[in-house]
Amino acid sequence: MATYTKKQVTDLVHGELDWDSLHRMLSMPKDKERYGQFIEVLQEQVSWKDRIILPLGPHLFIVESAKDQALVTKCTCGHDFGDYRQNWKLNALIHVRDSEEKMSEVYPKLMAPHTEWQVYREYLCPTCGTLHDVEAPTPWYPVIHDFQPDLKTFFDWMEMPAPARA
Amino acid sequence: MTIMNNIADGSAVGSLLQSGLSLNDHRNLILQRTQESGYYNGLENLELKESDPIAYERIFSKLRAGLVSSREVAKKIAASPIVEQEGELCFTLYNVAGDCIATSTGIIIHVGTMGAAIKYMIQNNWEANPGINPGDMFTNNDCQIGNVHPCDIATIVPIFHDGNLVGWVGGVTHVIDVGAVGPGSMSNGQIQRFGDGVQITCRKTGVNDTPLRDWLHESQRNVRTPKYWILDEKTRIAGCHMIRDLVEETIREEGIEAYEQFAMEVIEDGRRGLTSRIKSMTIPGTYKTVAFVDVPYAHEDVAVPSPFAKVDTIMHAPCEITVKPSATWRLDFEGCSRWGWHTYNANPVAFTSGIWVMMTQSLVPTERINDGARYATEFRLPKGTWTNPDDRRTAHADAWHFLVSSWSSLWRAVSRSYFGRGYLEEVNAGNSNPCNWLQGGGINQEGEIHAVNSFETAACGTGACAVKDGLNHAAAIWNPEGDMGDIEIWELAEPLLYMGRTVKTNSGGYGKYRGGLGFETLRMVWGSADWTMFFMGNGYMNSDWGLMGGYPSATGYRFEAHDTDLLERIKEGMSLPQGKDLNPDMPEFEKHISPDARVKRDKQCITTEAIFENGDLYLNYLRGGPGFGDPLDRELEAVAEDLNQNYLLPEYAEKVYAVVISRDEDGVWHVDEQASIERRLQKRRERIASAVPVHQWMEQERERILDLNASTQVKQMFASSFALSSKFLDEFKSFWDLPEEWELLEESLGIPMFGAKHHMDLSELPDVHPVIMTEQ
Ligand SMILES: [Zn+2]
Repeated sequence: MATYTKKQVTDLVHGELDWDSLHRMLSMPKDKERYGQFIEVLQEQVSWKDRIILPLGPHLFIVESAKDQALVTKCTCGHDFGDYRQNWKLNALIHVRDSEEKMSEVYPKLMAPHTEWQVYREYLCPTCGTLHDVEAPTPWYPVIHDFQPDLKTFFDWMEMPAPARA
Repeated sequence: MTIMNNIADGSAVGSLLQSGLSLNDHRNLILQRTQESGYYNGLENLELKESDPIAYERIFSKLRAGLVSSREVAKKIAASPIVEQEGELCFTLYNVAGDCIATSTGIIIHVGTMGAAIKYMIQNNWEANPGINPGDMFTNNDCQIGNVHPCDIATIVPIFHDGNLVGWVGGVTHVIDVGAVGPGSMSNGQIQRFGDGVQITCRKTGVNDTPLRDWLHESQRNVRTPKYWILDEKTRIAGCHMIRDLVEETIREEGIEAYEQFAMEVIEDGRRGLTSRIKSMTIPGTYKTVAFVDVPYAHEDVAVPSPFAKVDTIMHAPCEITVKPSATWRLDFEGCSRWGWHTYNANPVAFTSGIWVMMTQSLVPTERINDGARYATEFRLPKGTWTNPDDRRTAHADAWHFLVSSWSSLWRAVSRSYFGRGYLEEVNAGNSNPCNWLQGGGINQEGEIHAVNSFETAACGTGACAVKDGLNHAAAIWNPEGDMGDIEIWELAEPLLYMGRTVKTNSGGYGKYRGGLGFETLRMVWGSADWTMFFMGNGYMNSDWGLMGGYPSATGYRFEAHDTDLLERIKEGMSLPQGKDLNPDMPEFEKHISPDARVKRDKQCITTEAIFENGDLYLNYLRGGPGFGDPLDRELEAVAEDLNQNYLLPEYAEKVYAVVISRDEDGVWHVDEQASIERRLQKRRERIASAVPVHQWMEQERERILDLNASTQVKQMFASSFALSSKFLDEFKSFWDLPEEWELLEESLGIPMFGAKHHMDLSELPDVHPVIMTEQ
């Protein structure tokens, strides 16, 4: 089984990994250590002390609070979206493209959806303005709770101790 | 079960297997042992693999290599560019019970669909009547048995050893035309099975390795393109016979016992393979996702025979994926909308089997894909939905319109797993909606009755990855090989000249990594006698979404032009429209055709046959893929490169990527680094200023729901899902905090709702026992 250096994983995170290594990652059986290496690289990129448990996106993480071990969803900038079991989107800012005018800011009119059929819902960090997710549902559609991880089982699979409050 | 013996021309039930069991009893025993033990056929130990691993691998490699090479050889027999250029064919080997052992490359969705046909023959006692004998051939394309759409024709050949059935081989090709109301393999216009083209239900079409004459005569006159049809059939038969020879040779070399043991163990091995991949690549938990696509049938350019089909509707496909501690998974499609009066319905087998096509591109990228993966997966497709119709009238010619749309959302779910574990190289924001399907027919440039379906769709943009952009004009979800085909070949196959073929600017979804771009080809009708064409794709809606801050790709639009005067302009050496429709809002083609031309430039991307004269124009726009990550994270140099490659319109470089750009006198774009960094900071502030807290927006949206303020198609979609799923209704009401008595009934919308209340399922036909392999 292939393994990779921290440098290679860092390059991967930055989108700078050479094609040969990337191709090896794609074609070889997966390296179980990757998760730990990935977390280490990400942890070095953030200014806060809370421990990253699970990345949900390039700037969004489930973290274990350094203060009280609570598991919360957090932005790179430090913004706290609340308990990780809750849908972080409900605590975000939203910008909805529900008119031709608002759609035309992102696509030519003929290349954008018709807003009587579909809208774009952009979920933003209230502190730093990072765009964390774009939903493209019909009007009226409930906010999607994309992912509810079973952290206990996950750490079991990884043969690592689970966070205390998972 | 009724046991029949010695029916004339049949085979005595129980005579095909050495065990003396009927095929149905044999299969039922396997299912029972699997259910009781959790292992395929109760195989807790893989005796052959463990005791003689080299023999096991030798058998696998021989079979797999033979399947792949038989496909390559057989492909050369076909004349249809869909098969010969695009590789839309596949050969699969099955064990006696109809479970797949191994498959070739190609359109591997048919691993499941041909297996379903074999199981149908087993369960409905084909053994007794019409009988199963050495040298027989069976043909199936029946969508109610599991076929994706009628144009996928399967030839199935039983394999015998010493008078006993030891397996089956199936070959499938995507034929150009099946004689549906609309010409072309994935047409529309028809809205029921009775118009969807010929459907053949596991019919015995050959004996003694020879096609029956009645079959040859009947089948060729039922389609528009008999020459392609018959060469496709020869392709399938040749491939099946090569693979049958291969199995006979393998049995001679390895012995029948080893072969039969292998044919069971390899499936349990495949089941274990999937669970081990789930455990090594995913994260246990619950994933929720959803997809939509438009069915705009109210428009005047959609001509259908029945007035009750003239409604705008929306396909709704919510999915809850549960990755379990046991490293198996469940995919539940509770809440899907109802089937409809169009050709986009799907059968459960088409749906579940197709999912393996996408999973082989990420979760199980192995040549060992077989029916084992299905045994490690629980699917639930509620009865009455578009993916499990409860009515035998449904049409399926372009089931892909719904299938590709619904699957796009599954990429997002599995990609969250890959991302969380750091396997960024596997992340895929989704698949493009691989369309437009340029189709039509009439009398072609050879003076022959003809039909076309351009498979340029096989090379759409792919979704962005978490470490790189999607690939431009590269692939389609249903055929991982991906090939747009040579212009020269399409010009031979279609009475349509290329005015140009070029990348489709701005078609990929924005993001830190953008979706792959699609492409566009402008075609001028040339040399035809009588010719029609139509459009088939998404237009008012997107079916992909973008991931983790990335945007969906661009939607489709339609451009066609009639009375262009182009033939005159060519004679006079005047300017002509070339391939590039740079910004559809600022039309360019129109400057190079007659000012009196009739132009249709709009979002109606599904139409039915329209007359095209020589000199008329048709734009075939193949879609791009969705993006990944916040566009403000895109490297500045990458934006400059996009501009210089014509991948991005300058306006959206400024608006979406928030960069400050300029163009030098050589026409080269530059991004001002310092100014762009500041512009991006300002953009973040603007985003925050123009957004509202989600709870505040929810209050407003709730009011709109209470006021029933939405388009009819949106309300129809919700009403149809509510009627089929009280769970979906309850969750909806609970999310929006609606009053207990709140309801939305389709009856209140003032549109026809044929099929909503009154329907009749296939299982109500006499003597028919459908094979059900999913929860419903
Ligand atoms: Zn933030």
